Amino acid sequence: MTVEDIRRMVDAELVCGEDLGAKEAGTIYATDLMSSVLAQEQEISVLVTGLGNAQVIRTAEMLDMVCVVIVRGVCPCDELIEAAKDSGIVVLATKKSMFDTCGILYEEGKGRGVSNGK
Amino acid sequence: MENDALELDFEVDGNDYQRAGEASSRVKTTLKEVGMPAELIKRVAIAMYEGEINMVIHADSGVAKVFIKPDGVEVVLKDVGKGIPDVEKAMQEGFSTASDDAIELGFGAGMGLPNMKKHSDEMVIDTEVGVGTTVTMKFFTKE
Repeated sequence: MTVEDIRRMVDAELVCGEDLGAKEAGTIYATDLMSSVLAQEQEISVLVTGLGNAQVIRTAEMLDMVCVVIVRGVCPCDELIEAAKDSGIVVLATKKSMFDTCGILYEEGKGRGVSNGK
Repeated sequence: MENDALELDFEVDGNDYQRAGEASSRVKTTLKEVGMPAELIKRVAIAMYEGEINMVIHADSGVAKVFIKPDGVEVVLKDVGKGIPDVEKAMQEGFSTASDDAIELGFGAGMGLPNMKKHSDEMVIDTEVGVGTTVTMKFFTKE
């Protein structure tokens, strides 16, 4: 499953990373707690969160993620977008709730090499 | 580890939440450039980033020094601030004295110091209440 697949599934706007849609999404992790993400030992490639500040990208960057999906219609701040462009991370924004976004990605991702993290 | 090491120095603004993490980002880039193993780079990046966030949450100002050698990396985070009254308690996962500002950013859940210890090979905390805290972390390349 690619980042572009995720964008279509959750009806998201592509905020930045126009040329990176073909990147593969493996493990998806959903939380608003960045320290929880940083404590994970497994590889995570996509973060689903309801936060829109630059620390979301810093967290994703430290873990070599490829994509951040911002839910609930939260508007990513300018610093987030700037940091994402610098670090080559795709940012998607959807109006769907965290619950619905995760539900869709879980259902659609099953059998397509995607896991939901621990 | 300081002798013959490549040294990187950063100032950390104790109040700038948006720029927190820039030093860790630059260290991560440098470690990649000098060819450090990916496993070590990730551990250093995560632990230093948590430390940087801690400085912004709890301290007034600080400096970060990073020493890079072929066999590992040492990160020294020295802040001027209120210090840690009870280090043992602060090391417990879930214990936090962070502000609402930190929580709104996705931090402040009492996982910072435990995460730093988990990802480093050695960690020493030197703190004085009302003066500040120095956290020294060492990371060694795996055989």
